[in-house]
Amino acid sequence: MASADMPGPLLALREASVRFGDVVAVRDATLAIAAGEAVAIVGANGSGKTTLLRLLHGVVPNSGTRSVGASASQAMVFQRPFLLRLSVRRNLLVALWLGARGLAAGERRRRADEALARVGLQSLADRPARALSGGEQQRLALARSWSVRPSILFLDEPTANLDPSAKKEVESLLAGFIAEGMTIVMSTHNLGQAKRLATRIVYMDGGRIGADLPTAQFFAERLGGRADLFLKGDLSWSLE
Amino acid sequence: MSAVAESIATAFRLIADADPALVRTVALSFAVSGGACVGAAWLGLLAGAWLAAARFAGRRIVLLGLDTLLALPSVVVGLVVYLGFSRSGPLGAWGILFTPAAMVIAQTILVLPIIAALSHQVVADALREGGDQLRSMGASRLVAALLMLLHERWAVATLLLAAFGRAISEVGAVMIVGGNIDGVTRVMTTAIALETSKGDLPLALALGIVLLSVVALINAVIALISHGRGVPTVEWR
Repeated sequence: MASADMPGPLLALREASVRFGDVVAVRDATLAIAAGEAVAIVGANGSGKTTLLRLLHGVVPNSGTRSVGASASQAMVFQRPFLLRLSVRRNLLVALWLGARGLAAGERRRRADEALARVGLQSLADRPARALSGGEQQRLALARSWSVRPSILFLDEPTANLDPSAKKEVESLLAGFIAEGMTIVMSTHNLGQAKRLATRIVYMDGGRIGADLPTAQFFAERLGGRADLFLKGDLSWSLE
Repeated sequence: MSAVAESIATAFRLIADADPALVRTVALSFAVSGGACVGAAWLGLLAGAWLAAARFAGRRIVLLGLDTLLALPSVVVGLVVYLGFSRSGPLGAWGILFTPAAMVIAQTILVLPIIAALSHQVVADALREGGDQLRSMGASRLVAALLMLLHERWAVATLLLAAFGRAISEVGAVMIVGGNIDGVTRVMTTAIALETSKGDLPLALALGIVLLSVVALINAVIALISHGRGVPTVEWR
């Protein structure tokens, strides 16, 4: 396994494993995420992408070590975002109330409006969040996470269920976040998306980190074994 | 005209004329059952949300006990409250036996398990869908559960209406702790029981019609809310 050497990581794993009963979903993962990186976790179905993402986010019990920088804050966008049966704006206000404690009510409102403008949902602010289309719901989930100004944003297959147009909109927003310097870690089965957005690729194979390389190198080098099969398309993946 | 038909006609006349005794009895019924439901809602919704969020040893036994209390007979509640508030009871000094306050307490105890058990079910289902995501956003288990009460507010409204329907239509508890005193503790159900035993069918029928209308209205509102809002079904387990 090649390992990226990053100074001052925001988040680091050292020999971390996650078990679900008898199944080891992630085994001995060691990696570090530095500020400003855009990391894509790729791999075949069932390779442990989502579990590694959840492990990095700290929402699954694990063995080994997970260390988070003192000032690092996190947010996560799920594949199917859960939206409260409230208006679009109120969903954002609840997220800010939960994720940015200490903000005055006026500042929360200002940030909510700013986030809505950022993802182009101002005109839908008073609509019930659950009445939005899939793409709009995912943009709202992005706004919800972006509004709390996380140091690291985790995304679990953020465009998996979207049509091509909505996919493009979400990718464009993510590209904007990355350009602004936000640290992003996303799992995706879409290698094209990983190539377009990520600066670094972590390839998962059977619960292990099979490769951890800068994006250009990942796609240029012969990695050998199952990684080559995966890139050639002999393992499940898509290049859209 | 037969005696029954005549009684029914008189009953409708009493309703149309807003007979003072009828109005007083109906108003007290609403006050007692409404008060009980408001009190039980605070406690029951918080308890239901907490039970959905909390993880502790013996939780399953608590839930089993709560489910058992769903079938709590109202006369047993009446008896327990009566013993508690009777002169020689531990709370006898309060002197509230045979007052509407005792009736509110009895009905609160009666509907509290209904509200707690059903709200637990509603919140637990919602947490299965979105609890992880709310936790990931920074909510504690309890805050996530309380947010789910807001999220499922129409289901919560439905269960509160069901609890009100249970309270306003019960007779055992209010009869025992209220004493069915005319103008003081007489509510629709106790009045129907008394007037029927006296043979005064018109007033009993008029109260029966009002009670049935109230229950029908509650069911209609529940159906309206459930269908219009896609509210998850609240099931008695």
